[in-house]
Amino acid sequence: MPGQAPTAGEAIIDREGLQALLDALSARGFSVIGPRVRDEAIVYEAVREVADLPEGWTDRQDGGHYRLERRKDRALFGYAVGPHSWKRFLFPPQQRLWRAQRTGAGFAILEEAPPLDRWAFLGVRACELRALAIQDRVFLGGSHPDRSYAERRRGLFIVALQCGEPSGTCFCVSMEAGPKAASGFDLALTELLSPGSHRFLVEVGSPAGEEILGAIPHRPAGAADRREADALLASTASRMGRSLDTRGIRELLQDHPEHPRWQEVAARCLACANCTMVCPTCFCSTVEDHTTLTGEGAERTRLWDSCFTLDFSYLHGGSVRKEIRSRYRQWMTHKLSTWFDQFGSSGCVGCGRCITWCPVGIDLTEEARAIRASLPEPTHA
Amino acid sequence: MRAADPFVPSLFRVERVSRETADTITLALSPTQGTPPAFLPGQFFMLYAFGIGEIPVSVSGLSGEGPLLHTIRAVGPVSQALCQLEAGDVLGARGPYGSPWPLAQAAGSDLLLIAGGLGLAPIRSALLPALAERERYGRIALLCGARSPEGLPFGPEIGRWRSQPDLQVEVTVDHASPAWRGSVGVVPSRIPYARFAPERATAFVCGPEVMMRFTALALLGAGVAAERIFLSLERNMKCAFAVCGRCQMGPTFVCRDGPVFPYSRIARLLSLREI
Amino acid sequence: MPDPKSALAKHPFFAGIDPAIVETLAECAHGVSFPAGQFLAREGEPASGFFLLESGTVALELHRPGRMPIVLETLREGEVVGTSWVIAPYRWSCDVRAVEPIEGIAIDARCLRGKSESDPQLGYELLKRFLPLFVQRLEAVRLQLLDVYGESPA
Repeated sequence: MPGQAPTAGEAIIDREGLQALLDALSARGFSVIGPRVRDEAIVYEAVREVADLPEGWTDRQDGGHYRLERRKDRALFGYAVGPHSWKRFLFPPQQRLWRAQRTGAGFAILEEAPPLDRWAFLGVRACELRALAIQDRVFLGGSHPDRSYAERRRGLFIVALQCGEPSGTCFCVSMEAGPKAASGFDLALTELLSPGSHRFLVEVGSPAGEEILGAIPHRPAGAADRREADALLASTASRMGRSLDTRGIRELLQDHPEHPRWQEVAARCLACANCTMVCPTCFCSTVEDHTTLTGEGAERTRLWDSCFTLDFSYLHGGSVRKEIRSRYRQWMTHKLSTWFDQFGSSGCVGCGRCITWCPVGIDLTEEARAIRASLPEPTHA
Repeated sequence: MRAADPFVPSLFRVERVSRETADTITLALSPTQGTPPAFLPGQFFMLYAFGIGEIPVSVSGLSGEGPLLHTIRAVGPVSQALCQLEAGDVLGARGPYGSPWPLAQAAGSDLLLIAGGLGLAPIRSALLPALAERERYGRIALLCGARSPEGLPFGPEIGRWRSQPDLQVEVTVDHASPAWRGSVGVVPSRIPYARFAPERATAFVCGPEVMMRFTALALLGAGVAAERIFLSLERNMKCAFAVCGRCQMGPTFVCRDGPVFPYSRIARLLSLREI
Repeated sequence: MPDPKSALAKHPFFAGIDPAIVETLAECAHGVSFPAGQFLAREGEPASGFFLLESGTVALELHRPGRMPIVLETLREGEVVGTSWVIAPYRWSCDVRAVEPIEGIAIDARCLRGKSESDPQLGYELLKRFLPLFVQRLEAVRLQLLDVYGESPA
């Protein structure tokens, strides 16, 4: 549904307009998923009302550190990103692939029904839009498109959010993935807060977005609104908590698989797989087979998996990547380097989740910097 | 019309089971509906044992000639379950997947087919079509290695291949008693026995990875270009179409970019530990 | 029995060698043949030379009490049998049994050692041809030791 570039003039809605947007999406059959506070974090769950949103909350993030804090204002989207990413809806953490039932002469396979839900994602940041585009290439770009992903993705309505609040671990600017969302959405909001005024600049990215905007109370945006939005994005871009020098990074990592830094980071890495679970692009999975107690029925389930587990590379007799050194090298080299060979882009969007949610605060930007710094400059300029 | 789900297997019936060695069998499979799927030599299918799981297994037969043939060694839970199937039983299969042996590219050249142990199964899928179109190739040599004479699959068939005038067959084992009349020695040391012109030879190699690494080196030493040496690799796989991520080896997905790779493309990766 | 000089010059092990060296080698060589089943050498016997195989196959074997002898390697036409003559104490380190009837050339080591001492060029030629053989056989033994087709590739 999301189209290429904004197709219509920009509009302004207020908080009531935002509620009208939620209602209009519901009325059109969408289940709206958006940010909510749960378990002291901002997560993505069903939202019905503006009151469900994390009003007045922000998140303070650093390596191995995430805390919600009160803001001085009533911003609804005044946080960066939490432990959830949108991939959990299109590529569920646990998903039955099919069932099988014994019959007289053998067995029959029972396919899964198409998903009932049509989702509207509310508050998708530029880095997350980039992550969606990357996962689209992984799941849909190959010779065997993933049907369940395609069916979930097809009905999606995306309300993007022009990011006004980067965290201490953000580096989307380095990855050229943000902070501005330029395409890939139906509507995009910029939250504009000033004393006595709480409003949203709305950009339209698709005919479906245009139709919805037409159905909710709005007024045309003025040049001042646009200037304020531009200033906000410029401020966001200038407040990145991290940076990553991506020049020649594909070669930098692929050419140095035996760099001593891999051993150094392995001494700290717990191989807990947190980074892969929170990453919005990590796509690795495993499958499990179960039978019913009678043995008459069986089912196959797909689960998120991680290259940090020993089982991941198991080959009759043992795992290929026994050392944590090799598993961290696999993850980071894949994310920042071999992803280019496989899918034509980096696998990293600079959202910073892997840094924030690492229990020991390992920071891939720091690891890349250390490897680069140890090498003579001309080789990798 | 709903698209096909790439994870859903088709059902196949076991036509017959042939015992190859103490722990290895060949299953002949026919679809419960329709005709057997077409495939290229060197490709693989994902075979599903009811309630147990799925594993990748190379094709060992000829496309379009009767049932699908898969040779399986009982080493893990799924392969053990598959090895216990009997004629009439049903299993799931999806495929074919992966890159084939480049037979068309090898046309006009001498063909060196080198197998270690169960690697003879995928090598057989290249040998059969090469023999069926014998005139397309120069000399053909089949070099098979195994741990012991008892560990060789396709024993009776190797005997028949030996009597074929335009096919050189060399069998070697790592260990044997004096009762064994054949060659004793590791596969790379037997490459000088094969009759081929190195500058116009293409080699297909399948076996344990260490055996393939040293065989590739011996072939290089014999003058075969790295671009004309092809190896068939094995890695953990769950999906077979590059979305589960497990079979990655450096930038490659073994399921999608392989299992058959030119040595020139993977030589560096093969030399890296735990890649 | 063919003339050892032309047989030496034709054998792959001496491919491309200087004809003058063949003349010298021939002075230490003579043609041999063994029927199938006969031993060319026995473990522990003085290693008085080596064989160039022209036809037939031999098995290098070790015997063990109470068990079948084990075949370490088979060698056939075009290959060389015998490396123990190079190093002290100059004793065969395995049995060499003719699996098939053997035709070949035997080279006398004492004769060759004497000539090599006085003719470094001959010694260097022999070294150049035996050294790769040692390396190849060492690498083969390593691979054999790995038992790559074994049950559990641990």
